[in-house]
Amino acid sequence: MAAKGMVKVPVREQEPKVRATNFKEVCLGYNQEEAMEEASRCLHCKNAKCIEGCPVNINIPDFIAEVKEGNFEEAYKVISKSSALPAICGRVCPQESQCEGKCVRGVKGDSISIGKLERFVADWARENGIKPPAPETKNGRKVAVIGSGPSGLTCAGDLAKLGYDVTIFEALHEPGGVLVYGIPEFRLPKLDVVAKEVENVKSLGVKIETNVIIGKSVTIDELLDEEGFEAVFIGSGAGLPMFMGIPGETAKGVFSANEYLTRNNLMKAFREDYDTPIVKGKKVAVVGGGNVAMDAARTALRLGAEVHIVYRRSEAELPARAEEVHHAKEEGIIFDLLTNPTEILVDENDAVCGMRCIRMELGEPDASGRRRPVAIPGSEFDLDVDTVIMSLGTSPNPLISSTTIGLDVNRRKCIIADEETGKTSKEAVFAGGDAVTGAATVILAMGAGKAAAKGIHEFLSAK
Amino acid sequence: MYKILKAGKLANNIYEMVVDAPRVARRCLPGQFIIAKADETGERIPLTICDFDREAGTITIVFMPIGVSTEKFAELQTGDSFCDFVGPLGQPSELCLESELEETKKKKILFVAGGVGTAPVYPQAKWLHEHGVGCDVIIGAKTKDLVIMEDKFKSVCDNLYITTDDGSYGRSGMVTKVIEDLIEHEGKTYDHCVSIGPMIMMKFCCLTTKKYNLKTIVSMNPIMVDGTGMCGACRILVGDEVKFACVDGPEFDGHLVDFDAAMKRQTLYKTEEGRALLAYREGKTHHGGCGNCGGDK
Repeated sequence: MAAKGMVKVPVREQEPKVRATNFKEVCLGYNQEEAMEEASRCLHCKNAKCIEGCPVNINIPDFIAEVKEGNFEEAYKVISKSSALPAICGRVCPQESQCEGKCVRGVKGDSISIGKLERFVADWARENGIKPPAPETKNGRKVAVIGSGPSGLTCAGDLAKLGYDVTIFEALHEPGGVLVYGIPEFRLPKLDVVAKEVENVKSLGVKIETNVIIGKSVTIDELLDEEGFEAVFIGSGAGLPMFMGIPGETAKGVFSANEYLTRNNLMKAFREDYDTPIVKGKKVAVVGGGNVAMDAARTALRLGAEVHIVYRRSEAELPARAEEVHHAKEEGIIFDLLTNPTEILVDENDAVCGMRCIRMELGEPDASGRRRPVAIPGSEFDLDVDTVIMSLGTSPNPLISSTTIGLDVNRRKCIIADEETGKTSKEAVFAGGDAVTGAATVILAMGAGKAAAKGIHEFLSAK
Repeated sequence: MYKILKAGKLANNIYEMVVDAPRVARRCLPGQFIIAKADETGERIPLTICDFDREAGTITIVFMPIGVSTEKFAELQTGDSFCDFVGPLGQPSELCLESELEETKKKKILFVAGGVGTAPVYPQAKWLHEHGVGCDVIIGAKTKDLVIMEDKFKSVCDNLYITTDDGSYGRSGMVTKVIEDLIEHEGKTYDHCVSIGPMIMMKFCCLTTKKYNLKTIVSMNPIMVDGTGMCGACRILVGDEVKFACVDGPEFDGHLVDFDAAMKRQTLYKTEEGRALLAYREGKTHHGGCGNCGGDK
């Protein structure tokens, strides 16, 4: 057995066989004793690398020190200084490549379970009715935030704390953005976690107007010129799903991961009491290897299907978080790696009846540094599936950039914004999150929202 | 909440509602659509805007119940509310753009409307009328009782031709026959046609106008979820390109649309929707689970 302190306190999870049939949260989180024990492993480094690894620079050693002593409310206050959404980040951040990846403990043993501790503190605060402190003074200056996903909520929360009168405009009928439509219930509970974090942001005085599509219902220029907003933050998210461009992609039974997940997460197709239809599929192929692909695959599995992940590179290159891949495997998702679809086969009713694939091998590294997958001639085979979910990423939604005069976009149609301040080419307009970077992570979007809040404050203070 | 200021019927199974939605009414143009949701557990249903009043801040929608969600809509009364109502979505009709008005004025325009699709033609004809552009309109319906908005159209178009499948009112036969008669026997010429109605009608309308090389725009109404380009459910083939009806449309060049593929996609949830509709109407009685009917398979 490893020496005490070298191994992290294991976290309780639903059994794979049980959870594969329900939409309840997979990870059950630490209890108080477990959290305090895990916290006691922290070395409280003076020059804490973990803080550098965090896109919003939470003072990790300080909050863990409070957890160690059982001062959970104090721990929550430390986290709240830097993060508006700790219950969410504790669940969905790729900690292994951020804070935990830098943890000195990780050199010789397991790194500290920083994510699980963050989640514990945030859940404890929620269960004990602790809210972030409301701003003391208001300056009455109006700022509009477009989109209520991670970047928008963070930006709005930070600006409200500084006294601004913030209104978030959300295109869908529920606030939360990708936290609501994208990430499934079994990873991120909507009512207990997301809705409560949104409530926390609202308790800071932030107003949320749903069902408003900026660029359609009202333009950014109108917000600035007619509705009295002095600055605008664009956190409108990633946008349009990509497809492969192979034959058969418009057939019945081919979905984008966005559609499949939106039907199930936002529109709650998995629940009997909701009217949303969804194609459950008996054998489902999910094409792609990112977190969204894992989410779609595990959703289809819970709806009763046999599920294959079809990915053109090898396991080492899977872009998904290690924990998601691990969970997916435990639940019985089949990984068809080094495999690429070439055609979706359809029957006489234009419904999917299979997917033609080709085996791949890894060649020389490409521009991304990953080894380029190359097709092996003559290795085609047909995968027996009735449903195909394409999870290949997204391209930016042009709704805002095409209706805002003077807002520059780059070659990939992403909004150009300064990393430090969120400033765009248009006066008083700031941007961050996936709308700027293309599809990335919740925490990077939060980091951008945070930077933009600071940028907006500086801009308006100088005005 | 979005209050229903007026709920009524245009025909036996065709409903009309005027909804308080100032943000939509302020900017919308003919050709665009909204998405409505009746209650917390309902679906997001796209409906083409059938009229709007900028000053009153209202939008008029017209629909025929075909599933649980639209059936729920039909139950709503004056004074009730939609839980969600968002728009305007999609691109406006190319005929109804101020910037193109001079070009539009030179055109001889024909609208071909079918069934409940008659309603979304109205704001286009009305907009043109208000901007001094005339048009002819063909309304097709199965039978006399299903002909809607006749008087409203009379006040905004030059010539109104009504046809019923069973000949119970107006001319007799399909809209395609009227198009042929007008062009071949009644000396009419047109440069621009807009056809809105059931997909099968738009398909045959396009096959007919193609013979005369008459440019024809159709309004597609595929399955949608978010309506902002995010989900891709509404993708259709136009020429060789995949287009999203919600952001690229809903209006497209009908001579390029792959109607057969679009109609097949439309049936995707047919069985499940039908089952859900029965369950909604009759309660959770027998909708799979007996082991015989296969409804639970």
